[in-house]
Amino acid sequence: MTSLYTLTDLSKGYTRGKESITIFEELTMTIPEGDFMAIMGPSGSGKTTLLNLLGGIDRPTSGSVECQGVRVDKLSEGKLAKWRSQNVGFIFQFYNLMPTLTAAQNVELPLLLTGLSGKQRKERVATALDIVGLADRKGHRPRQLSGGQQQRVAIARAIVADPKVLLCDEPTGDLDRKSADEILETLQLLNKDLGKTIVMVTHDPSAARYARRELHLDKGRFVEQVQEPAQ
Amino acid sequence: MNDLTLIRKNLFRKKLRAILLTLSILIAFLIFGVLGAFYSVWSSGGALAADNRLITVNRINFTVSMPYAYWNRVAALDGVETVSHASWFGGYYQDPTQFVQTFAVDPETYLEAYAELTMPADQREAFLTTRDCLLVGADLAGQYGWSVGDTIPLLSNIWQKNDGSSSWEFNICAVFDAEDDKVPANYAMFHYDYYNEPLAFNQDQLGWLIINTTDPALNDQVARAVDEMFANSPAETETTTEAAFNEAFANQFGNIALILLFVVGSAFTTILIIVGFTMVTAINERTGEIAVMKTLGFPAPRIFRMVLSESVMLSLFGGLLGLGLAWLMIAAVAPVAAAFLPGLSLPPSVFWVGVGLSVLLGLLTGLVPAINAQRVKIVTALGKQ
Repeated sequence: MTSLYTLTDLSKGYTRGKESITIFEELTMTIPEGDFMAIMGPSGSGKTTLLNLLGGIDRPTSGSVECQGVRVDKLSEGKLAKWRSQNVGFIFQFYNLMPTLTAAQNVELPLLLTGLSGKQRKERVATALDIVGLADRKGHRPRQLSGGQQQRVAIARAIVADPKVLLCDEPTGDLDRKSADEILETLQLLNKDLGKTIVMVTHDPSAARYARRELHLDKGRFVEQVQEPAQ
Repeated sequence: MNDLTLIRKNLFRKKLRAILLTLSILIAFLIFGVLGAFYSVWSSGGALAADNRLITVNRINFTVSMPYAYWNRVAALDGVETVSHASWFGGYYQDPTQFVQTFAVDPETYLEAYAELTMPADQREAFLTTRDCLLVGADLAGQYGWSVGDTIPLLSNIWQKNDGSSSWEFNICAVFDAEDDKVPANYAMFHYDYYNEPLAFNQDQLGWLIINTTDPALNDQVARAVDEMFANSPAETETTTEAAFNEAFANQFGNIALILLFVVGSAFTTILIIVGFTMVTAINERTGEIAVMKTLGFPAPRIFRMVLSESVMLSLFGGLLGLGLAWLMIAAVAPVAAAFLPGLSLPPSVFWVGVGLSVLLGLLTGLVPAINAQRVKIVTALGKQ
């Protein structure tokens, strides 16, 4: 498989007062296109930080993050915003939908950054909501939807601009088992049928089993474990 | 959906807060609109004044009279085209609360001097030739329901006849108006002779002179010549342009511009603080959402513009409502106030200054929240959730 991300000697740390804290040091890895990777590890191991670096919403202390030839860590804020809008879909633990917008409007949000016409945007939104099975809830506001439904709207928002990669930060962390399984099945479908590369941070071993491979981040090092995805 | 939808949705996400903010802005601009309209009427005397018209009053002040003989002496000066005169009569109709602004004038020269006063030719002739005629402004006639042919008494607290009576009988033989609504038509005038001859005291005295120069460039020269002519006399004079006279007259009520500035300034400063703090709070509450928008790829300058637009829209909305309400109130009050505030209306200049101020208020109150929104750090904001 072609490599989508190449991380080279990636280090991240921060200072708290006079104390320097290292989250991870000299991480080197590749993420192939079409991968579905679960990152696990104890709290504070740097899972979310790594996801943020992949998504270009944080910058490494040293090393490089390259995505299909683009040095993400070197892009200016403006270019980084544009790169994110075109290449990355984000899914958060607490959905992060706009409470004042309907499901359809929430999904449409990333499309405001494209040059698509209103009609084209509407079609794309309808398709995205259809994929996550919420076509009949497009006029509902987030508070009128269950947690699982809200997360599905968030997934629709993440895929509507057709990004290459989906970065999911504990996407089932706030859901019951049944809803979590539905979300994970949707992610699996997006990976298998639509070829989306997915990087998912999770604490939940049963969630991680939906991924193609599982990586454990501990003390700044990866321990890889390849597995057969759950059906 | 577009950016405007997002701005509108954010603006009214907390309806009570949005309504209260709009109301506070509305009140500020209502005050601005109403005071601006009143100021415009008070200060319009200067704008309406003819540029070749001078007013000569007693140097002590304009309520003190000057000898009748001044009239002819001024008329003989170089650069003087016409001279007229007027004397304050005051008076009330039936009841002291029904005040009537009335002047005793020289009819012919007065109508020459104030050519903007219009009336039918037969009524004009009647006024010039009828000794006890009262020429009444249309607004004043409307106020008391007077019409041509009516005979009315006016009572004076000042001017008594030599028979001891203070009641003056008048025959309304003409009603004047003007094409420009701002030209006052809220007063009345009558023949100086009819007033002067039976006076128990202060006979052969004039209130002020109205001088039309042959050329506005000669105004200073004529004014100086008039005042020099009566220097060191018992009734020294002060001659100014009509615009300056009107302005000084309006300022008897106080420095209206300063009062306006103070009231509107206080209201705006208060609103600026309230709206500014509320906007900062509103944006702080939405830090997480702004971080999400940035994560999705909304660039910082676009977020800055959206927050700033939100504040400008709120301010403009409240401002337009306030100015609209001011317009309605003034339109309702104008007919009632026509007798003492002719031409009361919300001038376009006041309206557009109001619109400009509301945009400025929006920009000022939105600047800090917009900068804060632009600077939101995604990782920090999302990490706080």
